[in-house]
Amino acid sequence: MSDNHEHHHEETFISKYVFSTDHKMIAKQFLITAMVMGVIAILMSVFFRMQLAWPAEGYPILETFLGKWAPDGVMDPNIYLALVTIHGTIMVFFVLTGGLSGTFFNLLIPLQIGARDMASGFLNMLSYWFFFVSSVVMVISLFVTSGPAAAGWTIYPPLSALPQAMPGSGLGMTLWLVSMSLFIVSALLGGLNYIVTILNLRTKGMSMTRLPLTMWAFLVTAILGVLSFPVLLSAALLLIFDRGFGTAFYLSDIMIQGEMLTQTGGSPVLFQHLFWFLGHPEVYIVLLPALGITSEVVSTSSRKPIFGYRAMVGSILAIGFLSFIVWGHHMFMTGMNPFLGSVFTFTTLLIAIPSAVKVFNYLTTLWKGNIQFTPAMLFSIGLVSTFISGGLTGLILGDSALDINVHDTYFVVAHFHIVMGLSAIFGMFAGVYHWFPKMYGKMMNKNLGYVHFWLTFISAYGVFYPMHFVGLAGVPRRYYSNTAFPMFDGLVEINELITVFAILGAVAQVFFFFNFFYSIYRGKDAPQNPWRSNTLEWTTPTHDRIHGNWPGEIPSVHRWAYDYSKPGADEDFVSQIVPLKEGEEEH
Amino acid sequence: MTTFLSFLIITLTVIGLVQVVRIIELATKLKGPQDKIITDQDNRYNALAMLIVGLGFTAFVAYSFKLWGHLILPDPVSVHGEGIKLLWDTTMALILVTFFITQTLLFVFAYKYRGREGNTALFQTHNNKLELLWTSVPAFVLTGLILFGLSTWNKTMVPDTTNAKIVEVYAQQFNWTARYAGDDNQLGRAHYTLIGGVNTLGVDINDSTSFDDKVVREIHLPVDQQVLMKFRSQDVIHSAYLPHFNVQMNCVPGMNTQFAFTPTKTTNEMREDPEMIERMKFINEARAKRGESPVEFDYVLLCNKICGSAHYNMQIKVIVETQEEYDTWLKEQETFKTLVSAN
Repeated sequence: MSDNHEHHHEETFISKYVFSTDHKMIAKQFLITAMVMGVIAILMSVFFRMQLAWPAEGYPILETFLGKWAPDGVMDPNIYLALVTIHGTIMVFFVLTGGLSGTFFNLLIPLQIGARDMASGFLNMLSYWFFFVSSVVMVISLFVTSGPAAAGWTIYPPLSALPQAMPGSGLGMTLWLVSMSLFIVSALLGGLNYIVTILNLRTKGMSMTRLPLTMWAFLVTAILGVLSFPVLLSAALLLIFDRGFGTAFYLSDIMIQGEMLTQTGGSPVLFQHLFWFLGHPEVYIVLLPALGITSEVVSTSSRKPIFGYRAMVGSILAIGFLSFIVWGHHMFMTGMNPFLGSVFTFTTLLIAIPSAVKVFNYLTTLWKGNIQFTPAMLFSIGLVSTFISGGLTGLILGDSALDINVHDTYFVVAHFHIVMGLSAIFGMFAGVYHWFPKMYGKMMNKNLGYVHFWLTFISAYGVFYPMHFVGLAGVPRRYYSNTAFPMFDGLVEINELITVFAILGAVAQVFFFFNFFYSIYRGKDAPQNPWRSNTLEWTTPTHDRIHGNWPGEIPSVHRWAYDYSKPGADEDFVSQIVPLKEGEEEH
Repeated sequence: MTTFLSFLIITLTVIGLVQVVRIIELATKLKGPQDKIITDQDNRYNALAMLIVGLGFTAFVAYSFKLWGHLILPDPVSVHGEGIKLLWDTTMALILVTFFITQTLLFVFAYKYRGREGNTALFQTHNNKLELLWTSVPAFVLTGLILFGLSTWNKTMVPDTTNAKIVEVYAQQFNWTARYAGDDNQLGRAHYTLIGGVNTLGVDINDSTSFDDKVVREIHLPVDQQVLMKFRSQDVIHSAYLPHFNVQMNCVPGMNTQFAFTPTKTTNEMREDPEMIERMKFINEARAKRGESPVEFDYVLLCNKICGSAHYNMQIKVIVETQEEYDTWLKEQETFKTLVSAN
């Protein structure tokens, strides 16, 4: 790429804001789309939490939103299942994969490695538009007569394969599969681009060992995605065949609604193997970027180098590798050979080692720091807390013998929401607060940020901590109501408590959305380097943001990204572009 | 009306927020220009909140076991369940110790090392000894935990079943049926194409081992007698979950799965257990509030894999009783042969 890369052609509204190939604009497109999808998913969670806390009580608001699915404001079991299904799908894929990766990989990869743009701006644009169309199809699926997909976000066949099994397995499920197939194309186009860009377009001096940890986390995430998403695509294609063309990949010996199906020889468990071969790496596709962002924010805001850079890189690689050989822990109860269960228990519990290393390194980074509590830093500390709380219960669920009695109960719901949902969304919030000045040249209001964090943090634990007890009481997940079992009658109050916190948590997000859009137009102008950070993105112009990032030559890099509070330096940070002083050692 | 009110509330909230932000901004302007984005005051307040909220939550976790401990299922009443209980307690102790140490460190560090004007952070990049320590200690502890877990798992899943009574549990949307193997302790062959009329499970009428099978709508189990449950499903995946016994296994169409266990307490013994009486009192108080009649304790087998609209109510009663009671009950049940010939 030439050093004096300039764009002479006129930028029209369409080429600048719609079909843009500028990674910074594409990042914003991903973020805004994910925010819209996020609002839908949050609303859904409030609705089904209302059903769980106060079943059979009519709410006009439910009838307003759900129409024929909530006559007199009382929710129908089928729409309950659809709501949890779409809530999960949107949160996992559209917010925490498309939204989190799409936003920050696009924004930060070229800026932090010193590149003019992604390796292929065109593929990058396509990646967004596939994501957009996929989101639109998913939203359309909410409005079909037979209702949206309702077999759970894991869409296990035969339930998802047979329209006779539930209304949601009709057109809604077809659209779900179409939407996810488009989504996977988007993820692959993006993923290849991210990998190629990080490996090939680093500026002079940006060796792999000088990459910020965000870049390491993003690189490993992209590799995980490229290796695992195609498997989900094949699983989805086979399911489409089973649904429409009479094949029997997942179906065998079924009689449903009095109808004897002719398919034999397939295995529903095959689908689960294929699904979780993506599904488990997916957990880390969601989590690793958040951990990468946290590494950057914790170090910058503690004014301290990240502790144990090499160990951090090593644990990212170890987690990435292990994530591919643990998928069977989602399937301990499928009746698979107990020996296979033993193998997956072994590999699963091993992940605790690199995870523990990361936690201890974060704690040590805080130790003797000079912590600046930016909203981003609060969310990062929140992430470390939820990563610990949720990670530890993984020792129970990953241990096949202990899993027997908590498998598919609310204990699992609590576990994965804390370790994956909360940690990842906290990482995403941290990223937005930290890099908003880079995206829009404005500052977000810090006080609203503080209110947002504290309300969110308290309500997040308020929702998911009590769920452990609901799970230990034996309540299965995806139950429309707990009233059919006397043994669950003692759980009314705890369920009400959870719902109250869920509503509080949803309301807390108003502070974020308001702050975000208010600051785009009315925020204070951002200084060049508001957080006094070392990484390259803060060397590009804040206000005259151009396609190509640096107006002149791309700066070369002379040191790692973590020279904070280095003795002998003039300030408590030294940008990566500053050459080493005479006699100065590289960290 | 509600819609209008909701819009009104949202509009007012947004207007309110805009005003609050303006006031804060004006106030900051009055204080004069600031070069720092995050002030010492911000750091002090947030650090204090970290300490209060963070340690508050950590303390609440300790208290929560007292507050909500009674909601947790009673100790497992099966032979393998007792082994799992030991593994559970060990793991929980480990988790809680780690939780309290790390969360406390996190929030105390956040408070103690809050930023102050003029302070400088320590420049420290790594410490090989420390890192080796906190890699090897978890590795060592986990090795123990994995070995303990695997041995418990093997004892649970691969037991000797030569003397087990065989019971089939059959799942379909949205109910359970059980089939007892009869005197020969052998289940007759079954296939989904044979389903029809009274033969709801598709049992092969020509297989002589099926003659003495008994198809029932309630599961009875003799206490202290190992039972080998075999699972089949007619339509979609279901999961047979017996929470009190620490038993769970998926029922997969086209596939046979099984789980062997030995119940150790009869339903009556559970009903007389002082702890259970206490629990049932709590439950019946909650039911009374909703205007429902009181209930007695019963074991239950419920569906734990999403299977459709009535998934939340797919259950079958389980009764554990003495060998004599069990024999009497079983004798009263009709055999498959009489069932078929009567129809």
